[in-house]
Amino acid sequence: MHENEQISGNRRKIQDIMLRHSSKRRLMDKIVSALAVVGVLAAIIPLASILLEVIKNGASAITIELVTQPPGAIGSATSGGIAPAIQGTLIVIGLATLIGAPVGILTGIFLSEFAPGNGLFPSAVRLFSDVLIGLPSVVIGIVGYLTIVLTTGSFSVLAGAFSLSIIMIPIVVRITEETLKIVPNSIREAGQSLGIAKWKITLFIVLKSAKSGVITGIVLAISRIAGETAPLIMTILGTSLFFSSFTNPVDALPLRIWRLASQPYDSAHSQGWGAALILIIVVMILSMALRLLTQRKGFKVKASHV
Amino acid sequence: MTAAACYTLVLIILVAFSVAIGSKDVFLKEGFFSFLSGTDWNSVEGRESYGALPYIIGTLISSALAVAIGVPISLGIAIFLSEMAPPKASVPLSFIIELLAAVPSIIYGLWALFVFRFWVRDLVETPLHNAFGGSIPFFAKTPFGLDVFTAGIVLAIMIIPIVSSISREVIKAVPNSQREAAYSLGATRWETVRIAIFPYAKSGLLGAAILGLGRAIGETILVTMIIGNTIGISAIPTSLFSQSQTLSSLIANEFNEASSNLQLSALIGLGAVLLILTMGINVGARLLVSRMVKVSAGGRE
Repeated sequence: MHENEQISGNRRKIQDIMLRHSSKRRLMDKIVSALAVVGVLAAIIPLASILLEVIKNGASAITIELVTQPPGAIGSATSGGIAPAIQGTLIVIGLATLIGAPVGILTGIFLSEFAPGNGLFPSAVRLFSDVLIGLPSVVIGIVGYLTIVLTTGSFSVLAGAFSLSIIMIPIVVRITEETLKIVPNSIREAGQSLGIAKWKITLFIVLKSAKSGVITGIVLAISRIAGETAPLIMTILGTSLFFSSFTNPVDALPLRIWRLASQPYDSAHSQGWGAALILIIVVMILSMALRLLTQRKGFKVKASHV
Repeated sequence: MTAAACYTLVLIILVAFSVAIGSKDVFLKEGFFSFLSGTDWNSVEGRESYGALPYIIGTLISSALAVAIGVPISLGIAIFLSEMAPPKASVPLSFIIELLAAVPSIIYGLWALFVFRFWVRDLVETPLHNAFGGSIPFFAKTPFGLDVFTAGIVLAIMIIPIVSSISREVIKAVPNSQREAAYSLGATRWETVRIAIFPYAKSGLLGAAILGLGRAIGETILVTMIIGNTIGISAIPTSLFSQSQTLSSLIANEFNEASSNLQLSALIGLGAVLLILTMGINVGARLLVSRMVKVSAGGRE
């Protein structure tokens, strides 16, 4: 009897300890889970606030005058619009894409189709395009300034587009290479067995089947350069005039937002919010397009990776 | 095609050469190490003197704050998305995080300047200052919201998408057998993460954090808008609530107003320092991440 009692007492003690211990462990688990949720909230709240503020302050600022008129005198109540900035952004991005997309795609094709394995040259290209991705955009702006603005003697659309294309190229290279790599080899072999020249196989068969991936890369790169400000400061300078030629300064939305935000006038701030709304709409449309493109093909590109 | 590939190499050479040539003057005048350790920033003719130290410190402190705040949050998100959330929740959540990545930094800057800095000032800085300002020099300055602390927080928000999505990828690459082993021993979810996932994913997660650090160091316009932009010795922050200046923000602020070639050269010299800093960091981080993902991709099959 006595022994039995002792055993059951011991058992209760052990169970107690285990229970207490496991409830401690469960509590720890709950705490960490809660912290993870807090982390998620810490990301969502700023995003929600940014979108809300931009929409709230931007919507009231957008008028026909804002999107069609050049800026007026600084600080005046009817201070014109940001039309040159919208125009300039489109021109600079268009030109940057014209330079960056072909170079990026060709380099990507080269790496995936014509330079298999890990030779010295392809590895060097891969490494350098990785280095390019990591370059701070302000340094890229300096390069654009030194190579184009100084040699031609003027801030220009060309210098801006050149700088932005440096940001664009490595992004397009990486995504093109990754997309082409997932095109099954059997497709290439089918072409080869028909005796088709390699460049034709690459261009008309491989590239065609990887089309959406390549486009994804370009869209991603555009959405990345659309918001770039720093390299534009030292290349296109910003102006309140409309585009005149490729060798003259232009304005751009991010640059205009920056200048407006640093003026001490409420009307300028309000215009800044309007410009921000236009910019964010453009970027969001691009990332929605990206989402659709990547979903349809079951192809995975993480926008935040490059 | 080879020509296109060569273009990438040409670009790198162009970057290296133009920055080297552009900054030659200031390095010749000040000397390499005294430029790095100098604290003057004087562009008055005849008394010109340039030193990069305050801005190097400002850059390192604001980015370190960003990493200290942003990386734990990103890890939480990565763990939540890969280990806890059902697909129904994780798909839209990861989309939201991707959206955060798509917001241009100028818009972060605008929001930080007109909205967020008042939150920081009223909800965090002023209470901290009132409570500890007298006793701890860390919180000594009267907060205005335009300081290293705010810059660090906003930079943290900016690096969350890249750090969390790479961490998630790295955590995903941990073989399931690791998790199963831990669960079969009766481990809770947190214990599984701690004993089975973290050790395995360590180098990849470190790489993700370093990549975030590289982003924060290179960020320009956002920092320019909220760090307060002081110049010279006063740009070395003495408290969390000091105004400061980073390498990139000083370049952005003064590039178009440079009054002499030497000042321009000094700004490009700051760019050279920034370039070396970020290049080392990025290459290191990529090596860590790619080693981790490669190893585990082989191990999972």
